[in-house]
Amino acid sequence: MAALLPTAGGTGAPVDAPPASPPAGMRARRWVPYALLAPGLLWLIAFFIVPVWQLFAASLWDPNGSVETGYAMTWSWSNYATAWDMFHVQFLRSLWYALITTVVCVLLAYPLAYAIAVKGGRWKNLMLVGVIAPFFTSYLVRTYSWKAILADTGPVVEFLKWIHVLGPDGRLLATEFAVIAGLVYNFLPFMVLPLYASLEKLDVRLLEAARDLYHGPVRSFLRVTLPLSMPGVVAGTLLCFIPATGDYVNAQLLGGPNTQMIGSVIQSRFLVVNDYPIASALSVMLMATILVLVTIYVSTAGTEEVV
Amino acid sequence: MTDQDLCIEGVTKTFGSFTAVDDLTLTIPDGSFFALLGASGCGKTTTLRMVAGLEEPTAGRITLGGLDITRMRPYKRPVNTVFQSYALFPHLSVADNVAFGLRRKGVSKADARGRVAEMLDLVQLGQYGSRRPAQLSGGQQQRVALARALVNNPEVLLLDEPLGALDLKLRRQMQIELKRIQTEVGITFVHVTHDQEEAMTMADTVAVMNEGRVEQLGAPAEMYEFPASAFVANFLGQSNLIQAQVTGQADGHVTVDAHGNRLAVPAGRCRVTSGSALLGVRPEKLHLAADPAAVPQGHAAVGGVVTDASFTGVSTQYLVRAPWGSELTVFVPNSGVTAPQLPGAEVHVHWAPAHSFLVGS
Amino acid sequence: MRSLWRWFAEKWVFLLGLMLLGYLFVPIAVVLLLSFNQPGSRNTTYVLDFNDLHFTMDNWTNMCGAAGLCDSLQRSIIIGFCATVLSTILGTLISFALVRYRFIGRGATNTLIFLPMATPEIVMGTSLLTLFIGAKLPLGFLTILIAHVMFCISFVVVTVKARLAGLDPRLQEAAMDLYATPWQAFRLVILPLVMPGIMAAALLAFSLSFDDFIITNFVTGTSGYDTFPMFIWGSNLRGIPPQVNAVASAMFLISFAFVIAGQLRTRRRSARRAATS
Repeated sequence: MAALLPTAGGTGAPVDAPPASPPAGMRARRWVPYALLAPGLLWLIAFFIVPVWQLFAASLWDPNGSVETGYAMTWSWSNYATAWDMFHVQFLRSLWYALITTVVCVLLAYPLAYAIAVKGGRWKNLMLVGVIAPFFTSYLVRTYSWKAILADTGPVVEFLKWIHVLGPDGRLLATEFAVIAGLVYNFLPFMVLPLYASLEKLDVRLLEAARDLYHGPVRSFLRVTLPLSMPGVVAGTLLCFIPATGDYVNAQLLGGPNTQMIGSVIQSRFLVVNDYPIASALSVMLMATILVLVTIYVSTAGTEEVV
Repeated sequence: MTDQDLCIEGVTKTFGSFTAVDDLTLTIPDGSFFALLGASGCGKTTTLRMVAGLEEPTAGRITLGGLDITRMRPYKRPVNTVFQSYALFPHLSVADNVAFGLRRKGVSKADARGRVAEMLDLVQLGQYGSRRPAQLSGGQQQRVALARALVNNPEVLLLDEPLGALDLKLRRQMQIELKRIQTEVGITFVHVTHDQEEAMTMADTVAVMNEGRVEQLGAPAEMYEFPASAFVANFLGQSNLIQAQVTGQADGHVTVDAHGNRLAVPAGRCRVTSGSALLGVRPEKLHLAADPAAVPQGHAAVGGVVTDASFTGVSTQYLVRAPWGSELTVFVPNSGVTAPQLPGAEVHVHWAPAHSFLVGS
Repeated sequence: MRSLWRWFAEKWVFLLGLMLLGYLFVPIAVVLLLSFNQPGSRNTTYVLDFNDLHFTMDNWTNMCGAAGLCDSLQRSIIIGFCATVLSTILGTLISFALVRYRFIGRGATNTLIFLPMATPEIVMGTSLLTLFIGAKLPLGFLTILIAHVMFCISFVVVTVKARLAGLDPRLQEAAMDLYATPWQAFRLVILPLVMPGIMAAALLAFSLSFDDFIITNFVTGTSGYDTFPMFIWGSNLRGIPPQVNAVASAMFLISFAFVIAGQLRTRRRSARRAATS
């Protein structure tokens, strides 16, 4: 997850400093970096690039084939149209849920990250441990736990019924609320950590200077703190949005038929129905959509380096 | 010249299209305290790194005591470096840092311990052997870096801006300390710095570098009194440089015309003897006289108006606007001999021609 | 009253932060609570009814009582261990190349590292399954390991890279200046200093592998090599055994204790450092 943590700007090396080249003793051997890279990159090529390519190929297979008879490559671009016709509701729903999840995560994560980075003091590290604490248990167990909390006889529903927010038949499970609540909970730490990293680097003196210049905490926050923490917001947004879009655990455990997400569809098309062409087409669509959205987002948000 | 001199012969280093060091030739005598002085980007650090073996010259040769070390690996050279940011190993104790080189050379643990203790005493850190570098102050870290290099008894010790990270007072103290240690151990020190005062205080010989070349090389006093170029005149202390035109030579003097003033400079203090030139005088060699009659016989003089007077304690620093518009800086010692001048006063700036020098413009 | 107001104005952000932290702990607390509960009937492990709690230690004393649970844990640990070792080695090598060398293809390498992190797990799961079916590779231990190493590498690279990039390049030069060969410089200076980064990367890789469900679900197939998350998912229909909560609680408590102990140790060390200087 340090993946998308904002990195410090340029190297800022002074002119007279040694250039970033290895010492003479090592420079002669140009093959060394390639030898270091080779095993890992080959692994990634063989088990990421090649499979994605094959997935793309599979998305153009004959949709009438089956596991038993095998699939012919018929360049069936129509698989994409079919997939869209059948599942655009779930597809758009996934993007929509992921978007809401991301927005809610920003709203919750910001004060938390700010509290840790700026007001944390000696509790800073302990609070950070608290943020990653959910990772110490299983993802599925955490989600099941939410199922218990939000269950029809659970404390939350009882309370909401008691204050008449929910009617006597009202429930939370199998609603959009439950699915998004689960997503928010599971991806919140991914938003907090990069935000914390960028807020932590913030110079407190800058805030003081800002209070001098702009008067009032609100304006200095909007004009100084927020813009300076943008790299963290961008990184956190990606770390939250991408997995949320493809997730099907929350929708499956906390949702109902009307809250199905695209991940569930792909999963059941692949593993249950064995409709590889359509499932592949859906996967490729999902990946392409996310890559396009991320590229647009990162270029508008204007942080040059996210990795 | 002895056998252990460090010789840099026609060395060039380029990074892509940038020439960091340009056909540099230098001989650094054995046992000397040698300073490479220059602004950042002048090639002094690159020169040092080539001697250390951390950079390979694009062309040229480096020899140490007659042995060609141009392409020798850094770990095979009898040369050690005190790095700019010290580069102490943060995971090792002070004693282990100092012992690092000895252990790599195969000195036994027990022998190394004794020599490390000795060296830590030399840099007055005897009590700190078990500390980590992060637990020391900047000045202490600097001394560990020095001990770590010196303990190997190198033929040449390279110091890359070793005092750059210290505050002024500590820097002064360490300058004296370094000088003392150098005298004590007698190893050749090559010291890279951008601080002219530091170079002059410590080194026997200073090489002023500019754009990858040596502008001037010599003893500090010699260079200060008679700089070779306008660059050196300005880089090494302050100079008043007056645009002038050489008009002729007579009686061992070169006469110049500076904005209509006929001035003479002893021929021995002229780097150029024809064409346009710059006449230079150090600010402390200029004197002020309120009355032309007070200008001593034989002194050169120009009139002007005091535009600023700042009191700095030991001296008062005047700015005097000359008739041609530029300002001359004059340092007058607060010795109580002359009355202070106020801004606006008309004065005569005068100097002994033997204190002036002529350099190419 | 006024001083109370001022205290609040000073502290409200911190208090809000604490509340949000509390929120993160809610489901964990529920799991802990349920780990001491005897479910009334089957299939009701995840119901939180305060009127229907029955205290028991059985889930803790008899963790392996649920058929298959401990086998799945063992599998997760084996897979996690192998995936951690492999991905940490491969990823560390890549980060060394990226940070310490200039070479043609850096940009492409960075993109290749970034892509798996920007791809939803479901896409990686489907594509790997397509590959394995195409290659007629039987699903099971090997395919799970391949998948886990693949998605861990990128995370290892960024973690180690961050540590390496923060390392002063002069340290290696200083070592070589002090007669260390490049190998000695690596072994005696670089490696010990990068080690915390490598350890952090390994821990991250282990937790990613141990907890992965979405990709694993695709590459396990019907091999029966069910990891812990797969076991939970698979038990959904039959009813999740309550021991799962004890296992999850134990996992949480052990990790938490380790991290807190580590925190206390660094805190004590820095306190001592502050005292001596």
